[in-house]
Amino acid sequence: MTELALRTTPRRTPHRRRTPGERASALVTGGWGPTLAVTYLSLLVILPVAAVVTNAFSGGWHAFWLAVTQPQALAALKLTLVCSVLVAVVNSVAGLAIAWVLVRDDFAGQRLVSAIIDLPFALPTIVAGLTLLTLYGPNGPFRVNVAGTRIGIVLALAFVTLPFCVRTVQPVLAELDKETEEAAASLGASHAGVLRRIVLPSIAPAMLAGAGLAFARAIGEFGSVVLISSNLPFKTEVASSYIYNLSQSNDLPGASAVSVVLIALALVLLLGIGALRRQFNVTEAA
Amino acid sequence: MKKRRANWPRLSLRAGALGYLALLIVVPVGSVFYRAFQHGAAAAWDAITTTDALHALVLTLVVAGIAVPLDTVFGVGVALILARHRFPGAWLLDALVDIPLALSPVVVGLALVLVYGHTGWFGNWLAARGITVIFSVPGIVMASAVVALPYVVREVLPVLQEIGTEQEQAARTLGAGRVAVFRRITLPSIQRGLAYGMTLTTARVLGEFGAVAIVSGAILGRTQTLTLFISSSIENLDPVGAYTGSVILALIALAVLGLLALTSPRERRSRWPSRSPGSPSASAPLSPSTA
Amino acid sequence: MAGLALLGLSVGAAPPAGAAGGTVSLVAYSTPKPAYSVLISAFDETAAGSGVTFTQSFGPSGTQATSVTQGLPADVVNFSLAPDMNKLVSAGLVASTWGSGPTKGIVTDSIVSFVVRPGNPKHIKTWADLVKPGVQVITPNPFSSGSAKWNLMAAYGAQLALHKTKAQALAYLTQLLQHTVAQPSSASTALQTFLGGQGDVLLDYEDDAIYAQNQNQPVSIVTPPETILIENPIAVTTKAADPTAAKAFVKFLLSTEGQTLWAEQGYRPVLPSVAARFDFPTPKKLFTIDGLGGWTSVNTAFFDPTTGKVAAIEQSLGQATSG
Repeated sequence: MTELALRTTPRRTPHRRRTPGERASALVTGGWGPTLAVTYLSLLVILPVAAVVTNAFSGGWHAFWLAVTQPQALAALKLTLVCSVLVAVVNSVAGLAIAWVLVRDDFAGQRLVSAIIDLPFALPTIVAGLTLLTLYGPNGPFRVNVAGTRIGIVLALAFVTLPFCVRTVQPVLAELDKETEEAAASLGASHAGVLRRIVLPSIAPAMLAGAGLAFARAIGEFGSVVLISSNLPFKTEVASSYIYNLSQSNDLPGASAVSVVLIALALVLLLGIGALRRQFNVTEAA
Repeated sequence: MKKRRANWPRLSLRAGALGYLALLIVVPVGSVFYRAFQHGAAAAWDAITTTDALHALVLTLVVAGIAVPLDTVFGVGVALILARHRFPGAWLLDALVDIPLALSPVVVGLALVLVYGHTGWFGNWLAARGITVIFSVPGIVMASAVVALPYVVREVLPVLQEIGTEQEQAARTLGAGRVAVFRRITLPSIQRGLAYGMTLTTARVLGEFGAVAIVSGAILGRTQTLTLFISSSIENLDPVGAYTGSVILALIALAVLGLLALTSPRERRSRWPSRSPGSPSASAPLSPSTA
Repeated sequence: MAGLALLGLSVGAAPPAGAAGGTVSLVAYSTPKPAYSVLISAFDETAAGSGVTFTQSFGPSGTQATSVTQGLPADVVNFSLAPDMNKLVSAGLVASTWGSGPTKGIVTDSIVSFVVRPGNPKHIKTWADLVKPGVQVITPNPFSSGSAKWNLMAAYGAQLALHKTKAQALAYLTQLLQHTVAQPSSASTALQTFLGGQGDVLLDYEDDAIYAQNQNQPVSIVTPPETILIENPIAVTTKAADPTAAKAFVKFLLSTEGQTLWAEQGYRPVLPSVAARFDFPTPKKLFTIDGLGGWTSVNTAFFDPTTGKVAAIEQSLGQATSG
C-alpha cells in the first residue's frame, strides 16, 4: 500500500504524465464528453452572461460608465460590498467555531446540529427574509430591531451564507492530523499557540475559500435582504435590489451594466479561490 | 484519543457556536413551522390543498425532477473532465462552473430572457420552431438548473482528485470497459460527495425564487412554482398558505437530507488533499459523521 | 383523489376546454388577484362567459408589462397605471386608441390613502401630519413601483391643491421622503413591511387597504383631505387569441354587474350609477394625474432615475445622512 502511495501521487492527477494508450483513449471518449459539458455550460451560463454583458454595452462604453457611476448605483454597490465583506468575516469565524464544535466536540444531538446547518438552502429566500423581519424587526419577540440597518442586512446575509463557511472548513478540520497538535502541546505549547501555529495555517485556505463563497453569494443576494433592509435608496438599498428596480423601470442596459460589475467581481473572486485551491493541492506534497 | 482539556473553553465555545446557530437558523426556521400551524393543522391543510397550491407543488416537483438529474449528469461529467484531463483553460472552466453561485437571481432571470426571450438572441429561432422557453416550463427548468449548477461539481471534483486513478487503471488493465469502470469503481467512490451534491442541488432548485419569478410569468396553474405561490400568498395576506408552502419545501429538503444520512456510510470525504498516506479509499472512518 | 391524478397529468397541459367558450389570458398587476377570482366566477355564469377558460398571471405592474413585451401570452391586460399600458402600445401589442372608450380605458378607480395602526394613535389626518416630528412613513420605491409614483404625486398634488407653490410642493416631498423609513420594491411588499411593525403610516391604494381590512389585518384607513384619483387601465391586446371572448370579458368588467362586484371588493367603480350606490369616502379635493401634466411628462420630470426631481431628492437625502 505504502509503495503505491509513494509511486503515484493521486493529488497530482492533472499533472501526471500519461501513457500513450491512455492519451489515445482519453481523446476518443473525451471527444463527446467535454463537448456536451461545454454545450450545457454555454446554454445555461456562458451565453446568458454574454447577453448581459452585450446588453450592458449596447449604448457604448460611455453609457455603460454612466450607468455604473450613477450616485445611486455607487451607493448600492458600496453598501453591498461592505456588508458582504462583513458577513464573510463574521461567518468565517462563526463557521470555524461551529465546525470545531461539530468535529472536535462530542455531545448528544451533534448530527442534528449538522443537519440544521444546511437548512438555509431549503428555505426560499423570500420566506427567510420575511421571517427574519418578523423576528428581528420592530414587532419581534426579542425586543431588538435591526430593520433598516446594516446589521439587518448582515443578519440576512449571514443566514444564507453560513452553510458555505461551515462546510468548507469541516472536512479539513476532520482530516487534521492531531498528532502534530498533541506533540506541540506535550512540548509545552499553550492552547492558543497550538491553535495559532498549527491548526490555523492548515485550515486557513479552507476558511478563505468559505469566506470567498460567502462573499460571492452575498453580493448577489436579493430575496432575503430586501425586506429587512427597508430598501432605502442611497442608504440601505443593495445592488441586487437596485438592479431589480432598473429592470422594472425598463432600463435594461442600466440593469445589465450594474450586473456586469457584480459578475466581474464574482469572477475575480472565484478565480482567486480556484488558484488558491490549486496552489494548496500542489504544495501539499506527501 | 482526545486530550482532556479544561472544560470551560470547550463549553463556552460550544455554547457560543450553538447559540449563534440557534438565533440565526433554528429560531427563524422554527418560526416558519410555528406560523404554518398557528391556526391549526386543518387550516394549514386547507391552504396547501387548493388547486393553485397543488399545481404549484406538482410543477415544482416536475422542475426538480428534470433540473436535478441534468445538473447531476453535467456535474459528474465536468468533475471527471477537470479531474482526469489536463487542458489549457481548465482554470476558466472551473471558475465558470462556479459563477452561478455568485450570480444574483435577478441577473440570472434577466440573462435568460435576453437570450431565450421573444426579443432575445434566440427569440426568432425559437419562435419559428414553435418552442417557448421563457414564460413556460422549459424556462423555469433552465433557471433552476442554472442556479444549482455548481453543487454536484464542487462536491464530486475534490473526491475524484483525491482518490486518484490507480484502481480505475488497474481495472482497465484487467480488461474492464470504460462504462464498467465508471459504474463499479468510480461511482461507488464518489457516492458520498455525489449524494451530498445532489441534496444541495435539490434544495437549491426547490427554493429558487428570484430567477424563476422573472422567467416564469407566474401564470397560475401553469408556471407558478411553489416559491412563487408562497410569494403570492404573502402578497395576498395569506400567511398560512405562505408558511405552509415553506414547510413543505423545507420538509422535502429535509427528507432528501435524511435519506442521505440513512443510506450512506459514516465517513465523510475530505475536500482537500488528505495528509495521511496510503490509499484513501481504505482509510478508517473519520470523525463524527455529518448528515 | 382522482383530482390529484389529473393534476399530475395536467402540469403544462392546457386546462380542460369548456364549451365553445374560448380562452382568455389575463395579465394584471398584483392587487386585484382576489377580486378577479370573484369576477371570473361571476363571468362564468353569464351567457357570454359560460365555458370560457382563463389563465391568469399577477405581478408588479411594471414587471407584467415588461413580460408581455417579452412574449408573455396576454389577451386582456390590466395595469395599475397608464405608462405601463403605453409600454405595450410602443411594442405594438395594444392599440393606441385603448383610451378612447366611454370610460377612457379605465376599469377601476381608487385613491391614495393613509393606512395607520388601529385607532390611529398618532392622529394622522392630513398630509401635514405625515411630516410632524417622530412620524415614520412607508411608501414603496418610486423607481420600481407604480404605487409609489401615485403616492408621491398625490403628496405633490395635495400641496398644489392647498395653494402652495411648486417649489414648496417639492420641499414637502423632500420632507416626506426624509420621514420615510422604508421603500420596499412594491406596494404589496410595503404593506408587508407595515404589517411587520415598521412605520406609523403607509401610503397605499385604497383598495389594497380595504382588502387588508377585510382580511382582518390590524389597520385603519384614513382618507386624506386632498388626494389623487388612481385610474387603472385595461385593454384587449392586438394579439388576443380569442378577441370575442376577451372583449366580452372586458365588457363584463365594465358592466353594472361587474362594476358592482369591483366595488364590493373595495375598488371605486367608474360607472357613476354604480358609484352612487356605494359609500366611498369623498376627499375634499380630488385631482387627477392629468391635472398635474399627465404621466408622460410627470414620469420624465419626476421619476427619471438620473434627471428626475425625486431622484435628486433621494440623492440629497442619502448623502446628507450617509455613513
